[in-house]
Amino acid sequence: MQALKETLNARRLLCPLPVIRTQDKVKQLNPGDLLEIICTDPGVMHDIPAWCRINGHTVLETSSGNHEYIITIRVGE
Amino acid sequence: MSKQRKAVALISGGLDSMLAAKVIMEQGVHVEGINFFTGFCVEGHTHAIREHNSAKPNRNNALWVAEQLGIKLHIVDVIEEYKKVLINPKHGYGTHMNPCLDCKIFMVNKAKQWIVENGFDFIITGEVIGQRPMSQTKSKMPIVSKQSGADDLLLRPMCAKNLPATLPEIEGWVDREKLYGITGRSRKPQMEMAKHFGIEDYSQPAGGCCFLTDKFYSAKLVDLWKAQGAKDYKLDDIMLLKVGRHIRPKAHFKLIIAREEGEGRFLQGYKKEFTSLYCSSHPGPLALIDGELSAEDIYFAARIVARYGQGRTEEQVDITVTDKDGSERVIQAKPFTKDEVPNEWHV
Repeated sequence: MQALKETLNARRLLCPLPVIRTQDKVKQLNPGDLLEIICTDPGVMHDIPAWCRINGHTVLETSSGNHEYIITIRVGE
Repeated sequence: MSKQRKAVALISGGLDSMLAAKVIMEQGVHVEGINFFTGFCVEGHTHAIREHNSAKPNRNNALWVAEQLGIKLHIVDVIEEYKKVLINPKHGYGTHMNPCLDCKIFMVNKAKQWIVENGFDFIITGEVIGQRPMSQTKSKMPIVSKQSGADDLLLRPMCAKNLPATLPEIEGWVDREKLYGITGRSRKPQMEMAKHFGIEDYSQPAGGCCFLTDKFYSAKLVDLWKAQGAKDYKLDDIMLLKVGRHIRPKAHFKLIIAREEGEGRFLQGYKKEFTSLYCSSHPGPLALIDGELSAEDIYFAARIVARYGQGRTEEQVDITVTDKDGSERVIQAKPFTKDEVPNEWHV
């Protein structure tokens, strides 16, 4: 089965809401799927990687620019 | 071989809940954390919005604690359900708009539902008898256990020795002798425990982890309810109470004026929901207007906004007014002097 790549718009949400929305979205995905999360709260650069570490998901890429923060994760088992 | 028992720990991000979870993990119980987001949690918000708020690490402490403990953390959005707790608390409010006892009952009740749905055996909290005057007294602890429906499935490892034995203790899932009997507001026993467990870094929130214990935030919430004529709120309402200078010059409108660049960026996100103003002839803050205004009111509001920009000493400045549909117009306004913006207007 081919891995999906989905995008989650978490702009304007303040932590921990981007984490909660990520958590909810990941529940709908399968292991190996990719999720790109677009946020405006810089706190996500700490919180989403921390959430991934404790829940077995992998952060593939982070980037920022124009007051947006983009994190791509791979869903774990 | 005996079955490994499973407990869910209410993790606030502070030291007590961290220690409570650690104490039970040390007894071989599988522990996972749960954290409820009410919309009023101090975690993350203001330092996420403001540029220069503090030297504190920009992190969610509940997530950080879970990572230090090596446990999973389930963050649960309870924003909608929490409204009935805040709007009509059965046990009343604390010093400000904090319904601490009802809040604790609500959260333990949610944790009870969670353990039933997820096949866990009991609930842990970091409560300490005498730690908080409203919700953490010896007489209130049985109220929380009973009214939450958790009854004897609620274990408080930090003060368990001063309370009747719970089911996990009676059944031998945990050893009561290895639990603690801490009372009072001193933090010394917790600090000693932290040292014992090798925990060196932990959050010590002054005044708790909830905006509702804050005098100024509570005043803004009361003002919001009074202005709208009903005790109700949307998530955006309570987020905006955390941001900017709130000035209500007349009963039917309020200005939210950014205090620095980070707040200005945050308020930009609301320009489709509110009419906004900024000074276009001089550097100055963005302001949102909450309320329906006449042309005369807009001019009045523009004079207030001009007061907080660098053109405050000018005879006249340009204020750009942007409506919710994005249409813009420029008006000229004479900035108010300091004395013309009385303290009573500040919410």
